[in-house]
Amino acid sequence: MLRGEQGRAVQEALQLQLEVGRFFGAKRFVPVSNVHMMGDIEVMGDAGKSFLERAAQSGAKCRQPTTTNARCIDFAHVEHLKQDSNEARKEKELIACLRRMDVITADTCINYQTLYQPHLGEHVAWGDTGTVIYANSVFGARSNFEAGPAALAAGLTGRVPEYGFHLDEHRRGTFQVNLKVDLNDLADWGAIGKIVGSGHQDYYAVPVFTGIKRTPTADELKQLGAALASYGSMGMFHMVGVTPEAPTLKAAFGGRKPKEVMTVSNRDLEKVYAGYDTQNNPLNLVVFSGPQQSLFEMKTLATLLKGRKVAKGSQLFITTSNGVKSAAKDLGYLQDIEQSGAIVLEGVCFYILQNLPQMRVREGWSNLVTNSAKLANIIGAHKFNTILRRTAECVDIACTGRDVR
Amino acid sequence: MSGRTKTGNTIRVNRAFGNIVEGEALVSTEGFSPRYDLDRWSGLISRPGHALEGHNIKDKILITPSAKGGIAAGWAFYDIQHKGIAPKAFVFGVTNPVMVQGAVFAGITITEGWSADPYALIRTGDIVRVNPARRTLTLVRRGNS
Repeated sequence: MLRGEQGRAVQEALQLQLEVGRFFGAKRFVPVSNVHMMGDIEVMGDAGKSFLERAAQSGAKCRQPTTTNARCIDFAHVEHLKQDSNEARKEKELIACLRRMDVITADTCINYQTLYQPHLGEHVAWGDTGTVIYANSVFGARSNFEAGPAALAAGLTGRVPEYGFHLDEHRRGTFQVNLKVDLNDLADWGAIGKIVGSGHQDYYAVPVFTGIKRTPTADELKQLGAALASYGSMGMFHMVGVTPEAPTLKAAFGGRKPKEVMTVSNRDLEKVYAGYDTQNNPLNLVVFSGPQQSLFEMKTLATLLKGRKVAKGSQLFITTSNGVKSAAKDLGYLQDIEQSGAIVLEGVCFYILQNLPQMRVREGWSNLVTNSAKLANIIGAHKFNTILRRTAECVDIACTGRDVR
Repeated sequence: MSGRTKTGNTIRVNRAFGNIVEGEALVSTEGFSPRYDLDRWSGLISRPGHALEGHNIKDKILITPSAKGGIAAGWAFYDIQHKGIAPKAFVFGVTNPVMVQGAVFAGITITEGWSADPYALIRTGDIVRVNPARRTLTLVRRGNS
């Protein structure tokens, strides 16, 4: 590969992996069985697109199943959202390019719920931090955060340098979080991720949660993981009695002592919600996205929205995958949601929507209300003032334009 | 700065990649993400309330304690490099693989970890040098400010 006998793209991919491995002191490569990559025009820009075109031109193909993360354009909504038709064209070219390289353009950030569930100890190369923390923590699979170019490199070479979460030493817990808190909504789980992540911005910090009162659902763990990864840049957590590498507290720490023990209470949770301020601006934008909604979340939203209307002057956006949207349509959830005036976008994530900064100004959006702590964090660069609220509260705000607190 | 030995002006970094670069330091007490904090068209730190809000990262040596979230950063570094608004180097206290993969892909110098607190030695505006092969960060001279 390094000699270039398999083409320049593969050669460059391995060179990139060697340099990254050298940086982290990796001793060898490990084979990966699944790759998930981020690649769309909003995050790649023209330079990234040119790079991809050169790679596709050279005939490079992924040697392991490689899927794509959420992208920036839902082609059915380009006009309605007044997105740039030139960028939409580039996005289509980019998708064609990826397909030529045998990339499965599934466009979802919930691949772990909808596409592929790796087993304990399986090495994968995933991108989108939420997918990685879910793979490591809930499945016990092994992945580092793989940025777009790095994930593509893994797809082309079928391997990754062995460092970080591929190694046992980084997978053990580093600090303990006692949950003395009632977790009744997805937003509560995200808020825990915010509380724990904000104070520990470290990729190698691995929280071990104790005190879980019941079995959490996949969607709850999804919100927790996405928020930990977003606020704390974390790639792994344990939950004693829940996640596979934490049958006991002792096992979760692998013989080490926790560096810190913290407790999260109902008061801490309420402080999170109280910490948001509307700044006396209208509450005219509510978003369920980041991560995309599962079929179960779609069902909940359908129930909450059935027979109601989004308030005049307000907008409600929901993003999900193509597969989930299709199932939601068959089941009638989509109709209940759309009849309220909500807009369901497929294959995208709200925060990377092409033209979002311009959209924000044009639509007069200042506040963004969401039940996703991750989204509340990451959309700051677009100058939104974000407000985290529980799921039903978000729907109420969308339908009344008023905060419920 | 009389009395400072050469060693006194140099901090060891733990891990490093890239070419030797010299430039103006931009020192942040807050972590950094090219996705959450940066306007990727101008190079300005745009997130309201960020410790460096309003500063431009172009051609700077960005010294920051940590990396934040964001897989998309991997393409973002390549993007800002081609737009001509990339910093000369990223000097992180702790970082994550995305930053490293992105910087290597874009050919931007990057380091992680330090032997001593750079905040005691280096201020925004100072001229500093990063030598990845020797794993050093050196204060070359004080800035005007």
